[in-house]
Amino acid sequence: MTDVEIPSTSPWMCGNCDLPLQVGQVDVGYMGNAFPVKLWKCPKCGLIFVPEDLALGKMLDVEKQLEDK
Amino acid sequence: MDQKELRELEAQCIQECPPTCTAACPVHVDVKAMLREVERGDFTAALKIYRKSVPFPRIISRLCDQPCHDVCLRADVGDAIAIRELERACVEFGSESSEKSRPIPKRKGHVAIVGGGISGITAAYELARKGYAVTIYETGSALGGSLWQIDKDLLPAWVIERDLEVMNTLGIDIRLNTPVSDIHELRRENEAVYLAVGAQLEESFDLERGEHGFITVDPVTFETSAAGIFAGGGMRWGKEMHSSITSISEGRRAAISIDRHLQHVSLTASRDNEGAYKSCLYTKLDGIEPLPMVAERDGWRYDQDDAMQEAKRCLQCECMECVKACEYLKHYERYPRRYVREIYNNLSIVKGTRYANTFINSCSMCGLCAEICPEDLDMGEINLAARREMVKQKRMPASAFDFALRDMAFSNSDQFAFNRNRPGAATSDYVFFPGCQLCASSPQHVESAYGYLNARMEGSNVGLMLGCCGAPAHWAGEEALFNQTIQRWQDDLHAMGDPTVILPCSSCYQIFKSAMPEVKIVSLWELYEQHGLPEYTQPVTRTVAIHDPCTARHERPVQDSVRHLAEQLGCTVEELPFSREKTVCCSYGGHMWLANPQVAEKTVRRRIDEHPADYLTYCAMCRDFFAKQGKRAVHILDLIYGEPTEDRAARHSPGWSQRHENRAQLKRKLLTSIWGETMDGTQAHESIRVIVSDEVRAVLEKRLILTEDIQRVIEYAERTKRRLRNPMSGRFLAYFKPTTVTYWVEYQPQDDGYVIFNAYSHRMEVPGSGES
Ligand code: SF4
Ligand code: SF4
Ligand code: SF4
Ligand SMILES: [Zn+2]
Repeated sequence: MTDVEIPSTSPWMCGNCDLPLQVGQVDVGYMGNAFPVKLWKCPKCGLIFVPEDLALGKMLDVEKQLEDK
Repeated sequence: MDQKELRELEAQCIQECPPTCTAACPVHVDVKAMLREVERGDFTAALKIYRKSVPFPRIISRLCDQPCHDVCLRADVGDAIAIRELERACVEFGSESSEKSRPIPKRKGHVAIVGGGISGITAAYELARKGYAVTIYETGSALGGSLWQIDKDLLPAWVIERDLEVMNTLGIDIRLNTPVSDIHELRRENEAVYLAVGAQLEESFDLERGEHGFITVDPVTFETSAAGIFAGGGMRWGKEMHSSITSISEGRRAAISIDRHLQHVSLTASRDNEGAYKSCLYTKLDGIEPLPMVAERDGWRYDQDDAMQEAKRCLQCECMECVKACEYLKHYERYPRRYVREIYNNLSIVKGTRYANTFINSCSMCGLCAEICPEDLDMGEINLAARREMVKQKRMPASAFDFALRDMAFSNSDQFAFNRNRPGAATSDYVFFPGCQLCASSPQHVESAYGYLNARMEGSNVGLMLGCCGAPAHWAGEEALFNQTIQRWQDDLHAMGDPTVILPCSSCYQIFKSAMPEVKIVSLWELYEQHGLPEYTQPVTRTVAIHDPCTARHERPVQDSVRHLAEQLGCTVEELPFSREKTVCCSYGGHMWLANPQVAEKTVRRRIDEHPADYLTYCAMCRDFFAKQGKRAVHILDLIYGEPTEDRAARHSPGWSQRHENRAQLKRKLLTSIWGETMDGTQAHESIRVIVSDEVRAVLEKRLILTEDIQRVIEYAERTKRRLRNPMSGRFLAYFKPTTVTYWVEYQPQDDGYVIFNAYSHRMEVPGSGES
């Protein structure tokens, strides 16, 4: 999970805090496993952005792998 | 599944049994493999296979009495394969791989072979290659015994000499012109003796003899009445029978006994099927074009092309009946004997990846394989047991059947499920249980059918019971949830006065029949037949091909009722090649469509391609799955209640969201119209109005994202303002996890609703995905 590539720019701002997102460390987890991942997130409230490609690609692969373990 | 069950199941699949030819061959030449090579023109590879079983290929390929030929299945569709002639072609056209004579590690033990005929030299050959010190005692002046008496045209001297050359390379002590007079003396000088003096019986060895004067031996070990002295070959059967291949077989089997004797291990343990035996393989010959034997030229010899042609006629006998019939079994490219082993391994893994999870979860559990298999092996039952075990071990992948189980939970929630006796009645004589998916697909027909039942079944109180029978939990291996669901129906039925349950859906029918045997049930189709069609039903003159749902496989009366109804309606009913007890699943069964969309598509497409006519069925899911693939299909209720003016076979399959909506509305409508009740309490998200284009709808459908999932995300995001915003487009992107799945929705407010641009989901947990 640590080797995911995220887009170099993000069109999204935090609609809550009205701040641009910044790349930062986020913990994602599944079935008791946690992975630190670099994702775009709001520097203030921590709202994150998971791109569609990531959700349907790498994340899905890892979910399946963990489910078969 | 324990080891014992595994082995029983493996044994049930006879696919790996040798074909009849190989089983009948006393040395079990792998005829199939050999002929495969010949067909390809690789005579060298074929010869190598032949030589594995036959130590003297030149001789035997001319002499063999080919018991294989007598049992070859090709004979039933043309002529038996000319196996011996093909073996001869292998010898002629194949080059002998120069067998490197590796030094053989010596073993302790002296063996005397009495008689240098084909049986004796086979035993000598086998034992010398194992490293024992072997001496052959031959009365005549050359090895080969009776081979020298055979017609020289058939067996020229050079052939014998050439094949026997190998005997000089193994360090065997060959004593020609050396008769043996005292066999017991010889036994004292050696640890074992093999007697193979051929058909002449002058020798007066002091050993026990049977009726016809032949030395008696144990039929498995070839040991005579004297321990350590073995006998075989022509001397056991005399002149009446001459079978060089049987002589070789007995020489080899005696050598196995002698090896064991020298190693002081059991002579008899696991020695099944050593000689010729009857094969247990089943091979279906239907539809195979008969082909005559490729004519022999030049006496009885094939040239290379002839041989390749003749080998091509070999049926490569195997069973594979279930694999041919089932796209799922075919997809994984093996057969049940292998599959059960993989399932067993998968269930036994303690640490590591379980590669067979998807395999186990992809079966539709339709039961077709059991119908087709000559040994009744039911992969569906095996996969069901495996799923249950996975659930128990807490190893069932969380995502596997989640969508279907949530659909079932919806059906059995207050949003759909309810029971009522007729207004004013305290109990019911009958209760109509339309199930979940018919209500999801054709709620209006359910309403009509209930109206019909009340009108026609005079003097009976017909109540109503909405919900899902529990089949999705059963298929998913969720026994606890399934039992809980069954318990609920039992309690509810009891509270209604134990009415007879009227069932349109054959899956519900199976569940009620098997899990609640004490409950009286009747198929709706039988009732229509009994009470007559509604007056207002318009005849439909058309040809339909009938598809029996796989859960109706064994329900003859139900199958017949639907056929009769269709005929009464004016249809000409055609049968599909696989129908009634051999019907095929539409891919809904067992959650195949959910676990393995690729296999599901192959399954449904193959079914669709069986007949060009519109399909008629009596399961809502079969109908909708066909429709989804573009096949024109009607449900029997479409014929009974559909508008004559509309093209009923072209009706679209409602999407998953619509299926929820249809169920929820049906409940509301019936409660109001029949019982005068209103449903109270809506949840906050239900008031969110979403606007979805067809294009986006198709994406959501494929991703199994429901309208209510989207409503929940937007309700949460709008209430908490936790959403991303794109300053350029003004769109929002929000995420929320109602239970186990996190949904992302890209949307924009418009008027009193929200336009949806995209949605996707994941199961990995991320920060900020909501309260829950
Ligand atoms: S058809 Fe081929 S595999 Fe089958 S019995 Fe004949 S030779 Fe053997
Ligand atoms: S899908 Fe049906 S025919 Fe195929 S293995 Fe499963 S139960 Fe047998
Ligand atoms: S039908 Fe299938 S399971 Fe049965 S013996 Fe043949 S290959 Fe094996
Ligand atoms: Zn923020």
